[in-house]
Amino acid sequence: MSELEVGQVVAERDVHLTRESLVRYAGASGDFNPIHYRDDVAARVGLPGVLAHGMLTMGLAVETIVPWLGDAGRVLEYGVRFTRPVVVDPETGADVRVEAKVGALEDDAARIDLTVTAAGTTVLGKAQVRIRR
Amino acid sequence: MPVNPELIGRDFPSTAPYLVGREKVREFARAVFATDPQHTDPAAAQALGYADVVAPPTFAMVVQDLALQQLLAEPDAGIALERTIHAEQRFRYSRPIVAGDELTGRIAVTGVRAVGKGAMVTSETEITDAAGAHVVTAVSVLLIGGDE
Repeated sequence: MSELEVGQVVAERDVHLTRESLVRYAGASGDFNPIHYRDDVAARVGLPGVLAHGMLTMGLAVETIVPWLGDAGRVLEYGVRFTRPVVVDPETGADVRVEAKVGALEDDAARIDLTVTAAGTTVLGKAQVRIRR
Repeated sequence: MPVNPELIGRDFPSTAPYLVGREKVREFARAVFATDPQHTDPAAAQALGYADVVAPPTFAMVVQDLALQQLLAEPDAGIALERTIHAEQRFRYSRPIVAGDELTGRIAVTGVRAVGKGAMVTSETEITDAAGAHVVTAVSVLLIGGDE
């Protein structure tokens, strides 16, 4: 890990979300807010469609770097802002792209910046993971 | 009813102990598209020095959620779930959560700030293990919309 350079891409992946993904996350997390699986409720509260849980997007984003880290225990801090929703179409789903880059280096830690996009826009703001080097 | 600023500093009890199960960790790992075997294979986790499978970093939200329920249930809080948007989330770790952990969360409201007709409510849930040692602090910022 001593060879890290600012700007280096350390991991990236594409994740395809479907309605099944949202139901699976609802069950696993205990978050059963119906805006994540019912079109009628989403429409009633003025949303553009059924949305992925922000915590699902946050969770899949950090998991992109865990195989590279080798040990999830090297994650010291992880924070995001939920800036834009991920709309999951009932038929075509949604494609989420995650790119992880070295943002800053300290003596014994590094900041990894996650760029998370869906439908051409960034959906998480200031998605930063501080890791032990 | 607007968000009650007196929530800051209010004492909340610790949540009932949450026992982290191996199958629950596997289920959560699959749900967040985790691919690393440390989340599903006890031998892979043990090779890293852990007693059992390692939970994905955001699994801490399960315990944070139990603590947030206490906050939402306060009759004078003024926080209506249907007007609540999750604006920010942060976790600060002492160590990862591992299957077999018995975790409790203790929530404290650290900020209530007026935003238009609504409010931003910041809370910190300190999650500790059965020995009382710190595991992770979960910081959540909720944006509560004002009454129409």
